[in-house]
Amino acid sequence: MGDLLELRNISKSFPGVRALEGVSIKVASGSVHALMGENGAGKSTLMKILNGIHRPDEGSVILEGRERVFSGVRDAMEAGVSMIHQELMPLPELTVAENIFLGKEPVLGRTGFVDFRKLNARASIVLERIGLDIPPERRMKELSIAQMQMIEIAKAISNDAKVIIMDEPTSAITSREVDVLFGIIGQLKADGISVIYISHKMDEVFRIADTITVMRDGRVVGTRRAEELDNDELISMMVGRSLNALFKKRVTALSGERLLKVEGLEGDHFTDVHFELYKGEILGFAGLMGSGRTEIANAVFGLERPHAGRITVEGKTCDMGSPRQAMDHGIAMVNEDRKMNGLVLTSSVAENMTLSSLTDLSTWIFVDHARETEVVKREMLRYRISAPEAGSKVVNLSGGNQQKVAIAKALLTKPRILILDEPTRGIDIGAKAEIYSMMRELADSGMGIILISSELPEIIGICDRVIVMNKGRVSAELPGEGIDEETILRHAMV
Amino acid sequence: MKEANIGKERFYRRYGVLLSFIIIFSVLALTTPGFLSLSNLTTVLRQISINGILAVGVTFVIITGGIDLSLGSTVALAGVTAALFARQGGDALALPLIAGITTGLVVGLVNGLIVTRGKVAPFIVTLGMMTILRGTALVVSDGRPVSNLSNAFNAIGGGDLMGIPIPILVFLAVVVVSHVILDRTVIGRYVYATGGNEKAAYASGVDTDRVKMFVYVICGAFAGLAGIVLASRINTGQPNAGVSFELDAIAAAVIGGTNLSGGIGKVTGTVLGVLIIGIINNGLDLLNVTSYYQQIIKGVIIIGAVLIDRNKR
Repeated sequence: MGDLLELRNISKSFPGVRALEGVSIKVASGSVHALMGENGAGKSTLMKILNGIHRPDEGSVILEGRERVFSGVRDAMEAGVSMIHQELMPLPELTVAENIFLGKEPVLGRTGFVDFRKLNARASIVLERIGLDIPPERRMKELSIAQMQMIEIAKAISNDAKVIIMDEPTSAITSREVDVLFGIIGQLKADGISVIYISHKMDEVFRIADTITVMRDGRVVGTRRAEELDNDELISMMVGRSLNALFKKRVTALSGERLLKVEGLEGDHFTDVHFELYKGEILGFAGLMGSGRTEIANAVFGLERPHAGRITVEGKTCDMGSPRQAMDHGIAMVNEDRKMNGLVLTSSVAENMTLSSLTDLSTWIFVDHARETEVVKREMLRYRISAPEAGSKVVNLSGGNQQKVAIAKALLTKPRILILDEPTRGIDIGAKAEIYSMMRELADSGMGIILISSELPEIIGICDRVIVMNKGRVSAELPGEGIDEETILRHAMV
Repeated sequence: MKEANIGKERFYRRYGVLLSFIIIFSVLALTTPGFLSLSNLTTVLRQISINGILAVGVTFVIITGGIDLSLGSTVALAGVTAALFARQGGDALALPLIAGITTGLVVGLVNGLIVTRGKVAPFIVTLGMMTILRGTALVVSDGRPVSNLSNAFNAIGGGDLMGIPIPILVFLAVVVVSHVILDRTVIGRYVYATGGNEKAAYASGVDTDRVKMFVYVICGAFAGLAGIVLASRINTGQPNAGVSFELDAIAAAVIGGTNLSGGIGKVTGTVLGVLIIGIINNGLDLLNVTSYYQQIIKGVIIIGAVLIDRNKR
């Protein structure tokens, strides 16, 4: 059986992180090869190597029996490797045909002018090949996300792609559109084109994949034929232990004491939001990206002004005009995207950690350096933050350690309510486990925690109650027993 | 080996500017007759004190990711204002001092307000203020130098205290106060955080607008102080004084390792930057290099410093 593509023994390091270690994968021609693994497992680094964005430190890429070194995306594309990114980057004002043939438009003689008739005709041929009924003259911005995705596939085909990488292609499209996409993938297979399919969604992977490779912590855990695997086995391959071992369930009973009450909250991206948070509770916020979860948290934390609504903390109605005010009311938040909104990368671990609580660590206008150092050392030990020293620049730390610094910063304000927005995104499994057990400990000590997460296993594993958001509204509130993947997805998507 | 590299890197980052200063100083000392004499070195210090005061002030602003182009005009306006009071007030010093510093303070306040409330880019705000203030200085002084100043006022620029020229002492005071603020105080931390990542600083509870107000006000106040020193040294409030002073100040900060995109910078670095510019100007003077070439050389040093800094990262 001919292997179209082989990644042989690939290793790659970034400052402070070993991203890939001896990864080998073979992709048969005309097959769908699923690549699975937690965030941070190394999937995207591997695909960036295949796509010419990164060079491997060791190992080789062998395409059609020839060893290749790609100098960039364009080079990889010309060799037959195309990638369809999760976040599409179309040119919205151009037509479908112009997008497909961007950079290789047919030209009228030697004039340099684009031959639009030929352009559209060629586009029609490509579109027909994947059974897509979209006029080539239509502007890109008029298409749905799913259609734009298919245009990307068309673009790949027009480049004579032999391997198409699809990164979470179904994350933003409806289930009907998924069917269409899978139809197209079937057609690609029939044409001998291989698809590397990156996804977190197990049901889809089982539906479409011939082979499944699971990665964890930069290594390949295993490659199996899809029919040899079932859900449980796949999960334990991905996590390295059964999920339940990661999550500690609550040991104490909930007191029922209300910490936070949100009524009729309304903002740019959400309407009519009501919810309550109780002492010792971990409350999950599930929903698709863009469903308004982060924006609600931002409103509660004073980062965005809501248009209407009331926020009551421990029976007191509060005006959240700024994060400082929210902190004064006992709320702390660890923001999504720690590099953009969470940490000051040019500053040290210590400076970041104490930024929110600096006035507690100072005498008059002066920072009490000795006390600060003591606190920082204590926290670094408690959360097992591995950094050379408290004065190390935070930019040099691994994702997990950076996140722990951000969490320590929030906790130093001694909050009674803690909001965590995607706290485990892009960090390794060990750090994840530590963050989960930290959350449980904090909740057991009486803190109320709001967890916003796109990773359902996490929401299901640790939350006492889950609120599901759908297009800016609360679509369901699920109590502990009613939390399962299917129910959440149904409320999040329908 | 990796460890050693990290150590070396850190050494250069921490002491790179100092090293450059020592090298340039040694070269000048060996090649330029008269450079090393006490009277020449005192002259250098006296000459750099005004640029020094401005450079330290603008360092605050640059660390927050801002810029202040109105410094030179502030110097002129504050100098004129102080001189007007120094002419009328006999030998009293308080009034001209308060007038000059307050002028700078108010300028900083206006800069800060437009930057924070108006959300206009600092470059634009202070560029506009540069001409506004220059015009104001000309209006206030009727376009003529304000002279016949009191002896007490003239003594600020010309006099000394225990043998040390007063401008140098003022510069030293500014350096010490600024270093303490940036290195030891809560607001100093906030200055770095605001420049390093404004969004994150705000989300961490830092009132970033207040921090920005603070840096423009302190920068303005220092410019006012520099205006007083200058007016006193030339015994006139000169509405045309201080043209392009802001560029020398920014250059000194940048040579000293302050990052124009914010978050990084130190008072000690800026002081070294000021010293480097000062001794090079002085050395070239002593070597009879014309001011035409001096300008070219200064430009080369500014770009060179940033290139070296870039390669260190």
